[in-house]
Amino acid sequence: MGCTKFGEQWDKSSEDLIVEAYKEAAEDAGIEIKDIDAAWYASCFEEVNVGRGGIPLARALKFPNIPVTRVENFCTSGTEAIRGACYAVASGACDIALALGCEKLKDTGFGGLPDLGTGEESRFYYPNLTAPGMFAQIANAYFAKYGLSREEGKRVLARISWKSHQNGAMNPRAHLRSTPSMDIIINAPIISDPLGLFDCCGVSDGAAAAIVVPADKAKEFRPDPIYIKALQISLTPATGIGHQSWDGIHLESTRVPGVKAYEEAGIKNPREEISLMELHDCFSISELITYESLQISPIGKARKDVEDGFFDLDGKIPCQSDGGLKCFGHPIGASGIRMAYEIYKQLQGKAEPEERQLKTNPILGLTHNHGGICGSLVCSVAMFGNEL
Amino acid sequence: MVGITSYGAYIPRYRLNRKTIFAAMGWFNSATAGVARGEKAVANYDEDCVTMAVAAALDCLNGIARDEIGGLYLSSTTVPYLERQNAAICAAALALRVDIRTADFGASLKSGTTALISACDAVKSGDIKNFLVCAADSRQGKPGSSMEHTFGDGAAALIVGKDDVIAELKGSYSITSDIADYRRTQEERFTRGWEERWIRDEGYGKIIPEAVNGLLEKYNLEIGDFAKVVISCPVGGALNSICKKMGIESERIQDNMMNSIGDTGSSLSLMMLVAALEEAKAGDKILVVGYGNGSDALFFEVTDQIEKARDRMGIKRHLEHKEELDNYVKYLVYRDLIPVEIGIRGEEAPPIRLSLMHREGKTLTALCGSKCKVCGTPQYPKQRVCINPGCGAIDQMDDYYFYDKVGRIKSFTGDRLAFTIDPPATYGLIDFDEGGRLYLDITDCDLDSLKVGTYVKMGLRRRYADKRRGIYAYFWKAVPILEKNA
Repeated sequence: MGCTKFGEQWDKSSEDLIVEAYKEAAEDAGIEIKDIDAAWYASCFEEVNVGRGGIPLARALKFPNIPVTRVENFCTSGTEAIRGACYAVASGACDIALALGCEKLKDTGFGGLPDLGTGEESRFYYPNLTAPGMFAQIANAYFAKYGLSREEGKRVLARISWKSHQNGAMNPRAHLRSTPSMDIIINAPIISDPLGLFDCCGVSDGAAAAIVVPADKAKEFRPDPIYIKALQISLTPATGIGHQSWDGIHLESTRVPGVKAYEEAGIKNPREEISLMELHDCFSISELITYESLQISPIGKARKDVEDGFFDLDGKIPCQSDGGLKCFGHPIGASGIRMAYEIYKQLQGKAEPEERQLKTNPILGLTHNHGGICGSLVCSVAMFGNEL
Repeated sequence: MVGITSYGAYIPRYRLNRKTIFAAMGWFNSATAGVARGEKAVANYDEDCVTMAVAAALDCLNGIARDEIGGLYLSSTTVPYLERQNAAICAAALALRVDIRTADFGASLKSGTTALISACDAVKSGDIKNFLVCAADSRQGKPGSSMEHTFGDGAAALIVGKDDVIAELKGSYSITSDIADYRRTQEERFTRGWEERWIRDEGYGKIIPEAVNGLLEKYNLEIGDFAKVVISCPVGGALNSICKKMGIESERIQDNMMNSIGDTGSSLSLMMLVAALEEAKAGDKILVVGYGNGSDALFFEVTDQIEKARDRMGIKRHLEHKEELDNYVKYLVYRDLIPVEIGIRGEEAPPIRLSLMHREGKTLTALCGSKCKVCGTPQYPKQRVCINPGCGAIDQMDDYYFYDKVGRIKSFTGDRLAFTIDPPATYGLIDFDEGGRLYLDITDCDLDSLKVGTYVKMGLRRRYADKRRGIYAYFWKAVPILEKNA
């Protein structure tokens, strides 16, 4: 696998990022461009400097007339690319597939993401939604339902971001490497009430890549391959926005693929069996509700685990050991593959620098993405292990 | 019998104290001290004549079936479109029938009363059973002018019909005068006036008595016959002197609302009439005088049906629901009178697809969704496949309108990243009491006042103002209300 530094890469084009992620992955797997049978390319906002279709990837790497498919499914795009590559390999259609995600977001001229692109018609009837705005609503609804005052709620959320900053600070490839205090996090300027600046992830440029081969041939490429144990994606069809059955907080589109992924990977007790997780912490609140939707913490009670340090680097299930979207950054199309990259390195015992490596001999990791419009989200859950 | 069968009004939430204006601009024109008293109603940044007229119409319709309305006249001198009928936008938003007569009345400040007389004529002729008349204005005086102080924003709506008449139109008398007291050309945004003393003497002072005397003579009436006299004269001194000369005692003079709302132009006469009807009792005769390039005098007699038409926001309850706009510069920004840095995100507005807006007109302009015939779930926008996860019926939908439904806030935020001229962009999920959930902007509120569970009603607002392409697009927003039936 390969992954560039994420961040404000003013001096790098999408081509630079794609080639850099690819080179690390190819070297890691010991392959060359001519060995690749098919490629899946993930990018979300094609209008910002990347371009449509599979062309940006094929053009950058000069693939010799192989199938190159662009996938876009909001923030799960990277995981969708892995899914495409895995299904192709699993079906026997190809032996070596590349999944690569890249996003250049920092040429918009403003902070945050570009317009979400919900379609011409819905643009008239949806409010002028932003990602922080949608998740801020979940935070307000969560506080109201589970009886947290605004101050209590903000403190719990701040603790989540604080932990990710501690992790990100240790990672040279992370976008944001500061270690703000709880007070600074809590009192930061509001982006979308009640979420402040430090409740929101970095918007970054970056790329990440994975080489996928059949499991039974993986050791021909390197002695310590990582195996994909589960790969699930689910999309809620706008019922949350248009039907009162959604509580406005927990996402069915996370719970459902979570259940299916545990079944696929043979997990009975996720809280006990999972070694580490990379959750889609686009906002602190989304990490909080995901602990609960993935059955790690009881519904409405993740606060205790957060405060107990359960998800810290030295906790029972470290979350966002690389800094997460919060600090490693969030170039949309690359993020799912970046998460897999961190799990891959941790399960191999090769996380860098050494002080970041978990000392608990991790064997099973989980990645999770969600994107789109709250109430109509697409979510992915993937699981990785270091044994077949 | 032809006359008014229902009434309604709308006054925007914000009031600007005229002392606030004077504190900001009095240095420039100290003579405005004379008019710097009381407060004026100011439209929110997302309101204009079309949205205010629709709000007044909703107050007036108050449960009356839309299908009963056979015509709509909109009176305004400040319509958003000079070409494209503004009355048609209102009719679409109110989901009126398509086989109705619509027209914009404008240019003159008396167009409100002229529209009312014309609607009565149409009903009298038998062609149309129920006619909706809306009047709304939002005129702009230049900063530093006395008109900046006197002009206010507001709307009124009346239904004219033959059945259940609450105030019968017994007669009218009109005169026309090409007096250019106030004027504005096609290219201009601000109203201009000639010398105020001349307008007082040669305008109000001569033309209004001429119209009133014409009416009295025509119908053989005495001024003393009227319980209430509604004269849309925004200048207090002129109004008092006219009434004194004509022998109208102060308790019979309808308040011109200059201290609380301001001069609402072509809608002033009808707003004052609504206020008079709120207090009227059966048998009262009401004289209504519209002024502008001449004058219309109308003579109404209130019937015993009046008691059935009390449940309205009207003028009185709207006056109680107010919020001070204590910042003059904010007022200038709302009225688009000074440029503000909207940033690259604000400049990135994509074009509005007019063909799409037309195709989805009912959905977008009248907030029409659908209700599943199988499971009864209201949903928006209209779906082919039922949104209820337990149903999923295909093509079993009836039209279902949300614009007159009450809902509660399920979740909300104040978003400082999203572009709006009035940050933070406040929006949330709204659960309707009768079923259905919509994602909506929330307007006319302070973020701090919102809670999960706050009641909201629907209000048509200007959603996009695309100045580069000359397009205003309207959509509904959630407006917090204190109680369920407010």
